[in-house]
Amino acid sequence: MSITVKDLTHIYSPGQPQEQVALDQISFRIEDGTFAGLIGHTGSGKSTLVQHLNGLLKPTSGTILLGDTDITKAGTASRQARLKTGLVFQYPEYQLFEETVAKDVAFGPNNLGLSPEETDARVREALQLVGLDYEELKNVSPFELSGGQKRRVAIAGVIAMKPEILILDEPTAGLNPKAHRDILDMVRGIHESTGNITLMVSHNMNDIARMCDQVLVMDHGRLLMDGSPEEVFRRGEELKEVGLALPDSMEIARQIIEGGLALEGTFLTMEETADAIAAALQAK
Amino acid sequence: MIRDITLGQYYQTESLIHRLDPRLKIVATLLYIVVLFVVDDFLGFAIAYAGLETAIIMSKVPRRFILKGLKPVFLIIAFTLVINLFMIQGEVLVQFWKFHITREGVHMAAFMGIRLFLLIIGSSLLTLTTRPISLTDGIEALLSPFKKLGLPAHELAMMMTIALRFIPTLLEETDKIMKAQQARGADFETGNILRRAKALVPILVPLFISAFRIAQDLALAMEARCYGCGIRRTRMNEIRFEKRDLIGAIVFACFLAVIVLERFLW
Ligand SMILES: Nc1ncnc2c1ncn2[C@@H]1O[C@H](COP(=O)(O)OP(=O)(O)O)[C@@H](O)[C@H]1O
Ligand SMILES: [Mg+2]
Repeated sequence: MSITVKDLTHIYSPGQPQEQVALDQISFRIEDGTFAGLIGHTGSGKSTLVQHLNGLLKPTSGTILLGDTDITKAGTASRQARLKTGLVFQYPEYQLFEETVAKDVAFGPNNLGLSPEETDARVREALQLVGLDYEELKNVSPFELSGGQKRRVAIAGVIAMKPEILILDEPTAGLNPKAHRDILDMVRGIHESTGNITLMVSHNMNDIARMCDQVLVMDHGRLLMDGSPEEVFRRGEELKEVGLALPDSMEIARQIIEGGLALEGTFLTMEETADAIAAALQAK
Repeated sequence: MIRDITLGQYYQTESLIHRLDPRLKIVATLLYIVVLFVVDDFLGFAIAYAGLETAIIMSKVPRRFILKGLKPVFLIIAFTLVINLFMIQGEVLVQFWKFHITREGVHMAAFMGIRLFLLIIGSSLLTLTTRPISLTDGIEALLSPFKKLGLPAHELAMMMTIALRFIPTLLEETDKIMKAQQARGADFETGNILRRAKALVPILVPLFISAFRIAQDLALAMEARCYGCGIRRTRMNEIRFEKRDLIGAIVFACFLAVIVLERFLW
């Protein structure tokens, strides 16, 4: 299912002293099966945007199409869209509340009105997808787990609803490097096994460059860029102006080129940069 | 939505009322409330209202802003009105089915309505024009004479400051948790009372955990900065009673005098 957003505007507290234009005439399209990245400075409107995609926020103006259904229209469509789009919030571990891991993951499927057998099957499947052992953890309290594990349980809670679009708002915020890598590998794995759209909000340019097919850049509520990682990261100066940076692999390549060694490539990953350096040194 | 609640909120602007000594404002508000219960006729209420109106105009807080924040309270006023209107016995004016409205009922309802209205607007004017921090500083200063009797005035004031400071944070937290559970298909709006009460569990459990986490972090940060090490704390902004406060106090005293005279001479 594709996402089509047209002229989306959202204003918080309209007509009050603290009025805030969080989204300003945003338009873009994400094709089915795409792994998309959303980057931007804190307060640029990323979280506001993704909350529109599952109907949690209603736009001030503009339309959002999921496939062919307009989810900004009133009626049952909104609730259905909410269930088609799985949104993992920032710090999702703060939403855990049940006595056991299995019960917490089952919260979403239960709300869908699934049979107990179906729910149970989904809980097993979701926990397996996030790399946790069902038998070992099903009766453990989620509050006894480590930070990274809690986050996996919370993500499993969303995956268990089998969304057709998976959105993750800064899924690695506040994790140590190992948990960070594990969560990203897990997201990659889920994307590959479902073949659906995955939209990831992130502050980490390395992750975005390495993982995404399409990158959206936001600044002060406006969509500044929309394109492939190559296209977006070619505009390094503009990115720096809005408080973002280049991925390390590109920054290293840029400095080496400035230092006088001609390199060829896109430098989206450390491996590409290393290969380009090796090739340039061998050619010498 | 949840951030739009303005009850007990501060309205930032420059005005004489905003700059008055918080101690004066607290005492004046308390006296004003007492006066509302001394007044026993409509002329008295008219004077009380005129005083409040003057303060509102001088405070430069938009009327729209005051009234919007009070919406939930108007429900209570309406409820009081209805109860008084129908429950008071006396000379019957109108009667239909089992209900009857009496002259005393109308009188009492109007009285209570006006009294509650003035009371709520008057006290919300205090919080609208006084920063929570100055408010608690004022309360601490007013309570400090009782320190000798063992009243922990400073600790009480600090507790209030912290509680006020964290109301917006907890509202934001509630908003976030509600959205997160809605994203998992939670439904807070339909079903009978029992179902709705049950639907609150996925909000309340994470909210309590958040509150404890926030409290723990704050306690740690305060201890790291040596809070409560025993030496008397000084403050950056001492409250001072200025000339404008003296003028304010005199004007308010005159207002009190007029109301009290009205009560006992008419
Ligand atoms: N619930 C809300 N009420 C009012 N303003 C908000 C709310 N949520 C976010 N904002 C404001 O909207 C802007 C965009 O915020 P957000 O979407 O959270 O940005 P990001 O996720 O990119 O950091 C910010 O200026 C923020 O202060
Ligand atoms: Mg955000």
